[in-house]
Amino acid sequence: MRFQLTDDQHALRAGVRQLLERRFGHEALRAAVDAPGRLDRGLWRALGEAGFFALRLPEARGGVGLGLPEAVLVFEEAGRALLPGPLVATHLAAGSVPGAATGETVVAAVDGELVEWLDGADAVLGDTSGAVPLRSLDPLTPLHRVPVAGVTDPVGSLLTAAEQLGTAGRVCELAAQHARTREQFGRPVGAFQAVQHLCADLLVRAEIARVAVYAAAVTADPADIAAARLLADEAAVRGARDCLQVHGGMGFTWEADVHLHLKRAWVRAQRGDGDTQSEELLAARLAG
Amino acid sequence: MDLSYTPEEEEFRARLREWLAKVLPTLPDRPAPEDWPGRRAYDLGWQRMLHDAGYADVHWDASPTTRLIFLEETEEAGAPYVGANFVGLLHAGPTIAAEGTAEQRARWLPPILRGEEVWCQGFSEPGAGSDLAALRTRARREGDDYVVSGSKIWTSHAEVADWCELLVRTDPDAPRRRGISWLAMPMDAEGITVRPLRTLAGSAEFAEVFLDEVRVPVANRVGAEHDGWRVTMVTLSFERGTAFVGEVLACRRVLGQLACAARENGRWDDPVLRRRLGRLEAEFRALWRLTQWNVSAAEVSGGGVPGVGGSLFKLRYSHARQDLYDAAADVLGPDRLDLDRPWVLDRLSSLSYTIAAGTSQIQRTIVAERMLGLPRGR
Repeated sequence: MRFQLTDDQHALRAGVRQLLERRFGHEALRAAVDAPGRLDRGLWRALGEAGFFALRLPEARGGVGLGLPEAVLVFEEAGRALLPGPLVATHLAAGSVPGAATGETVVAAVDGELVEWLDGADAVLGDTSGAVPLRSLDPLTPLHRVPVAGVTDPVGSLLTAAEQLGTAGRVCELAAQHARTREQFGRPVGAFQAVQHLCADLLVRAEIARVAVYAAAVTADPADIAAARLLADEAAVRGARDCLQVHGGMGFTWEADVHLHLKRAWVRAQRGDGDTQSEELLAARLAG
Repeated sequence: MDLSYTPEEEEFRARLREWLAKVLPTLPDRPAPEDWPGRRAYDLGWQRMLHDAGYADVHWDASPTTRLIFLEETEEAGAPYVGANFVGLLHAGPTIAAEGTAEQRARWLPPILRGEEVWCQGFSEPGAGSDLAALRTRARREGDDYVVSGSKIWTSHAEVADWCELLVRTDPDAPRRRGISWLAMPMDAEGITVRPLRTLAGSAEFAEVFLDEVRVPVANRVGAEHDGWRVTMVTLSFERGTAFVGEVLACRRVLGQLACAARENGRWDDPVLRRRLGRLEAEFRALWRLTQWNVSAAEVSGGGVPGVGGSLFKLRYSHARQDLYDAAADVLGPDRLDLDRPWVLDRLSSLSYTIAAGTSQIQRTIVAERMLGLPRGR
């Protein structure tokens, strides 16, 4: 049993992080916030070229031929970078919707009662009749509401959990960074126990979510995925809130990125089955 | 990332499982918690059986994965826990193995493994609990002996222990952490008084230990003089890093029992309670994955002393354990107040988990300062 990243997996993660830093750094993120609803097609194709969508397709079908653990690492990086777009839906459509695998086609999907990026997509999976636009709380995720709820793919739920994990890790870094540098009462706020303990809890939640997500990627067991989803949602949402708190007044401003992480974490937490179904599935396992 | 075991590891598992199936039915019932001598004899007997079957050193010498399998299988089979051997096997033994001289290892390690000697832990004092560096028990040197005076508290197994891993202040003038030494003190030495303390659960599982001019040979010091703080950090990282691992599996079993009990008494129909149990299942699944992750990390780094990651585990686990028994109370309903019902005593015991081996507050500070690099503060 070597429940650790392999060298190849470390390299994959580092490569994706570099790509995203280059193609979707802080300036690109802020530009996207200023131009909501517009998907960067060039970036999307670059993701396609890098194998983001075709990652799990067999090589015989033009894919990269990797597995769920690698997909989870890639989506974790996407979550860290706050990468916008219907990433999970397009990834799941690779191999069935022409052009999805290469990033030529942007695919959205009905997930629960919501559709992300309905207007920006080239293809939409699921019944979108009667879709009504919402004024989305997340400036980087346009949303429609649909009357007929769509079915959730467990793999999609796991990839969402991976994105949440990326957010959880990132907000923990941001909180610790701020706590180390921001001075009040003549010393860094990170020297105050109240702030230290907020930051410690951020890390604990992120790390427990991490092992749950990675294990679920190895086993693909529905109960493991449900557990991963519960813990990753919690780590991302509560983590982003605590990160905002650590940032004090700055955290409440539009200029700080913290709110973008929190809003995206809320959007992802809404995807698919949600807490109730995950908890019920796990409870059923217990009594079964 | 791989969660599968090698053929050799599976072979070890099969052999152990077979042995457990053979010997467990022959074991008598474990004596009641208040019968300390009976417990001591029982726990040492079990360790002796493990020794004779070749499993004694699984906590020390086996690969981390083999040890994980050992914990999985013994828990699954309902085998006894380390019990009175806790300090010897999980704290003092590994510390002596890592820091002791060849003579010290030869003197103290085999009796622990053979189930002949019980150890207790003399770290905490009335004025030095989580703030361990505030300890005041003094040891002055007289020829080949240290002469020790002071008092220790919360000492589990003190009444039945043969040895105590004792922290003493050997240099009162040095900065707090620089004047401490780690001694192995024989519990039958003159000048030691043990006074049992009653816990809130009603049991007398720990004690106060008073030391009045107790002579401990200098040869019993593990590590250099005044270097006991570093040696202690080795001990504590074992305590936080590995000591609770088997309990995660026990908690998962309790959770399954709670679900069954809730089905029987109709509380399963309450979706709030049912979902709470579901979330606890997520929690304990993840804690087990964290265990596997840490074990694999130790395997990759070649074993050795667990890192500060143990603090992270201990912090999350101790709260999860309390949540588990709080949920048990809701499954029990009014019977939650009946000490004769299962889980009621466990609920009381679980209150110690966020305090013992460094409170949750101390663990958070460790995580913040050592893992996140936040500035030191008080």
